[in-house]
Amino acid sequence: MSSLTEKDRPIVQLLLNTGTCPRCILRFCCVGSQALYRCPYKDLMKDLKEFLKNNQEKEDTVCFDVVDPPCKRIRLEHTEEGPDELNHNGALQQIPSVNNENTAMENSAVKVCNVCLGILQEFCEADFVKKVCQKVNSADYQFTSFVFSVSLPPQLSVRERAAWLLVKQEMGKLGLPLAKDDIVQLKEAYKWIIHPQLSEELGVPADGKSLFEVSVVFAHPETEEECRFLATACPDCFKPAKNKQSVFTRMAVIKALEKIKEEDFLKHFPCPPSSPKNLCVALEIQCNNGAVFVAGRYNKYSRNLPQTPWIIDGERKLESSVEELISEHLMAEFKADSFNFSSSGREDVDVRTLGNGRPFAIELVNPRRIHFTAEDMKGLQQTINNSSDKIQVRDLQLVTRSAIGRMKEGEEEKTKTYSALIWTDKAIQREDIAFLDDIKELKLDQKTPLRVLHRRPLAVRCRIIHTMRSEYIDEHHFRLHLKTQAGTYIKEFVHGDFGRTKPNIGSLLNRTADILELDVESVDVDWPPALDN
Amino acid sequence: RICVITLAEAHPLLQNGKTITSVNYQISASCSRLQNKVSGKSKRGAQFLTELAPLCRISSSDGEEYTIYSCIRGRLIEVNENILNNPAILQEKPSTEGYIAVVLPKFEESKSITQGLLTRKEYEEVLLKRLNSSS
Repeated sequence: MSSLTEKDRPIVQLLLNTGTCPRCILRFCCVGSQALYRCPYKDLMKDLKEFLKNNQEKEDTVCFDVVDPPCKRIRLEHTEEGPDELNHNGALQQIPSVNNENTAMENSAVKVCNVCLGILQEFCEADFVKKVCQKVNSADYQFTSFVFSVSLPPQLSVRERAAWLLVKQEMGKLGLPLAKDDIVQLKEAYKWIIHPQLSEELGVPADGKSLFEVSVVFAHPETEEECRFLATACPDCFKPAKNKQSVFTRMAVIKALEKIKEEDFLKHFPCPPSSPKNLCVALEIQCNNGAVFVAGRYNKYSRNLPQTPWIIDGERKLESSVEELISEHLMAEFKADSFNFSSSGREDVDVRTLGNGRPFAIELVNPRRIHFTAEDMKGLQQTINNSSDKIQVRDLQLVTRSAIGRMKEGEEEKTKTYSALIWTDKAIQREDIAFLDDIKELKLDQKTPLRVLHRRPLAVRCRIIHTMRSEYIDEHHFRLHLKTQAGTYIKEFVHGDFGRTKPNIGSLLNRTADILELDVESVDVDWPPALDN
Repeated sequence: RICVITLAEAHPLLQNGKTITSVNYQISASCSRLQNKVSGKSKRGAQFLTELAPLCRISSSDGEEYTIYSCIRGRLIEVNENILNNPAILQEKPSTEGYIAVVLPKFEESKSITQGLLTRKEYEEVLLKRLNSSS
């Protein structure tokens, strides 16, 4: 932990004179004690001025000792003590007169810092914290921790550079080194100050990994044009991006600042930076919860239900969809902004999904409610199942994002079993179809079916039918159970698709065959974990 | 909308007595329908066909040669290579395995093309008229 020493004196004097706030001054003096930044603004200002006045009084250099417990006490108790503790080193006698002078000066309006534009001033105060917490509480989210992210206007980087160059110059005159890397970053200092306050108001800890994000965007319209000179100096850093309003993004500005030469910088930008008239403005305070994932398996009992909404030219072709019937209730319970539905493969509108059903996962975006027990999930499952006889769900549970990967694995790698009702033109007897049962690992070459060719590339797919089992019905009908590789087009295997799927049932039986009904009997993926439903 | 081009019912090749000897997709010195290659969803690289673009020429044993025209404006997706090796299916299963080609019209033209075609009923009326006028 460092403290202000003699060598810091010229910096403190210089920055204070040019309109920099106490906390920024501490930053440039590489003061790493978080507790110190949390001290009230007035006190910091007072003590800096004390420090400057004390150069004749003391031979010992330490006037701003922060290692002692008293200051730690400030942080823990979070009170407005300040003055007595900080000045315990002996300037106490001078307080009365100094106090009067300082108070007089403080009564006039606080100048907006020329480096942080008020971020480490006004925006560390309880009022702002209250404002943020009000916004959070009114948004009505469930959360157990938070991450506070701040977006600062790019001009701050420019001003920071100018201040650093100023300080470097001054130190250079005195023959003293200045390490850029030891200077405390503005954002870091800001978080030191505001995290404990937010944490206290919201009642939950700050956690970098939290899914609940409170974000504030700051802007300073008064100085918006300050970055412009960088565009002329380093044009290749600023590429106009169509989706961004301004070309002067923080990243672009930082890149340019790295490239630009000192002399060029000083030519175009005032050093020290000018004092602004106004503070920054907090443009938006937003809350966002990380997505939650709900997985399960669905059965589809309707032959008239698409998996996703079927809308052409704004007109809905068929009422509802599997995804809507499931998501509707989840959206209501989780109070999310939107959802993304994905499943391990899908079936046609006119195909039923029987057996254990097809695995699916729904991403609920920005949910307000996230705490659901296994019991709650069971209840939700029941609600969904009671609401429709077209679909049923099972194994409904919360899962992690990585779950989606496992599910998609299933789509491409795992086998499926089907039951098809087949019609033939020429009569068949039991003997005619018996041989199908003995065929194992039948290789198919399937060209992209004509019925999807308008939206898929033309290609040939090799797929395998692992086993088949036939059930004779009558001279023109039989049922075929098949176990196939993922991605096999069953309908085309039955009718041949103009001969573009070979072999096919027609070619195997030497007849013309067509499919009347298709059911998915099972999707052989062992995910999500089965629950006691 | 995908279109499949096949021989019409009343086509001479499908009448009794004709035997197909060969099917030729080389319609000119520089153009063979067999060389048609499409890639991607939008079927780039496809040969573009107008209504009168020849798809193939079919020869029969009695020395006749018939040119089959596209009749549909659009991209040529594929031609049926099975009929090259097995011309018989052209006659046995002209509407399914014996198809000639698959064409994909432009999305915007889809509706107007469909409207320009004859329905089954209208076609039968045309055939009837033909029969009556020739007798």
